[in-house]
Amino acid sequence: MARDEFEEIVETFEFLDDWEDRYRHVIELGKAMAPLPEAQKVPATKVEGCASQVWLVPEIEGKGADAVLRFEGESDAMIVNGLIAVLRALYSGSTVAEAQAVDAAAELKRLGLDEHLSSQRSNGLRAMVARVRAVAEKAAAA
Amino acid sequence: MYDVNAIRADFPILAREVNGKPLSYLDNGASAQKPRAVIDAVTQAYEMEYANVHRGLHFLSNLATDKYEAVRGKVARFLGAPREEEIVFTSGTTEGINLVSYGWAAPRLEAGDEIVLSVMEHHANIVPWHFLRERQGVVLKWVEPEADGSLPAQKVIDAIGPRTKLVAVTHMSNVLGTVVDVAAIAKAAREKGVATLIDGSQAAVHMPVNVAEIGADFYAITGHKLYGPSGSGAIHIRPERMAEMRPFMGGGDMIREVSREAVSYTDPPMKFEAGTPGIVQTIGMGVALDYMMDLGMENIAAHEARIRDYAREKLFGLNWLTVQGDAPGKGAIFSFTLEGAGHAHDISTVLDKRGVAVRAGHHCAQPLMEHMGVTATCRASFGLYNTEEEVDRLVSALELCHELFA
Repeated sequence: MARDEFEEIVETFEFLDDWEDRYRHVIELGKAMAPLPEAQKVPATKVEGCASQVWLVPEIEGKGADAVLRFEGESDAMIVNGLIAVLRALYSGSTVAEAQAVDAAAELKRLGLDEHLSSQRSNGLRAMVARVRAVAEKAAAA
Repeated sequence: MYDVNAIRADFPILAREVNGKPLSYLDNGASAQKPRAVIDAVTQAYEMEYANVHRGLHFLSNLATDKYEAVRGKVARFLGAPREEEIVFTSGTTEGINLVSYGWAAPRLEAGDEIVLSVMEHHANIVPWHFLRERQGVVLKWVEPEADGSLPAQKVIDAIGPRTKLVAVTHMSNVLGTVVDVAAIAKAAREKGVATLIDGSQAAVHMPVNVAEIGADFYAITGHKLYGPSGSGAIHIRPERMAEMRPFMGGGDMIREVSREAVSYTDPPMKFEAGTPGIVQTIGMGVALDYMMDLGMENIAAHEARIRDYAREKLFGLNWLTVQGDAPGKGAIFSFTLEGAGHAHDISTVLDKRGVAVRAGHHCAQPLMEHMGVTATCRASFGLYNTEEEVDRLVSALELCHELFA
């Protein structure tokens, strides 16, 4: 049902005209997310290639293509943290098969946030999406 | 009369918008924008005056060589160097410092010899010395800045010991804007028989520099921060040090004769300029230096001092903003973090939306970041074309950050 959560964000965004309010909302989404326990902020969960720090803790329930993907994440940058919340809404709770089919850039474009996924940005979101996809692929093949 | 609006009109890019807002380019510490004169010179060189230099005897080769070599004299004049033969062209400060590391220091320094450097150096003035530590046991001796970001010359001089062979310090910190009294350091080092290398990447952009008065052995600058093309630069080297140096890179242009058994080198400075250089970039750098000298370095420094004072008052007036470094006489470079909330990347993201370009990150100065106890800062660095109005836009965007991230 994660996609509903994402569609809710899309709907909210339609009411927000300017980027300031949209960023404000993104930051709020990040703040509403439970922070990761310190014990989970370890090198293994850290996403490489980020100037701001990003941690990602994926979890797979079940087996094969129907296995369900969930993840928790956190960043020390507030906007990135909010974007993690958006990505979590996009991915978390979907099956690994669905997760592999998600076009994250296209979805974020609906929110006008796709610039954060461009290769020039060093905020780690791109690396994070790559990690989510890799986890989904591995689980689907298992 | 310093007419900043007329000057801004010389820089085409400053008229553009970013994210629907007028561009406030405050990332000059990373790289500066180029005046029309430089852009035209680059175009002119490729359209009408291009060939390889120092090679052929045909018309264009001679023309390109004349244009290129004329820049050596301009750099000498810009830096107050007595003779243009003391100027070696480089691709930038990084190559200049590596040239000294490979060409002068590596053959002379032995295990246990020391290099004194400050904690606020740019990585370009750190990593080439780490090479010598890793490869031949050279010891790096670090000098820390004071709490206000100043770096007293005496502190650096006191770090010079009997095994010290080189002092490598910046003339102006790229993070804090601190200006270092490098003349005092060079004088004291010379009396002790120790060489000095000055990283002039930032200082040469913002204040008059006279290498004869400073008296250092090596003074490195980079063209892209001096309103010239990237891939251009130069280093001033005292003749006696140049005589001690071995070539760093080998190839065309730096040889006299090559046979199967032996090679002999051409005279300095070309001995240290292997391969086809950045011909057009260097020509562009010459035009940029002319542009700055026409404005007058004293006038540029006075304008930037006004901007610094204005920005200082405004930024220190924001009680939720932590500004790193407040050394007396510093340049117009401000590093800051938001108290308690908002990563440097958050701040730069919001500033960018307002058309304000700043740098966020460690600024290639991780030892300084560690010393200050921060992982990243935002940096607003001003140049000869910046205005008080742009300071106001920065402050207004920071107020929005404060509200968003509180």
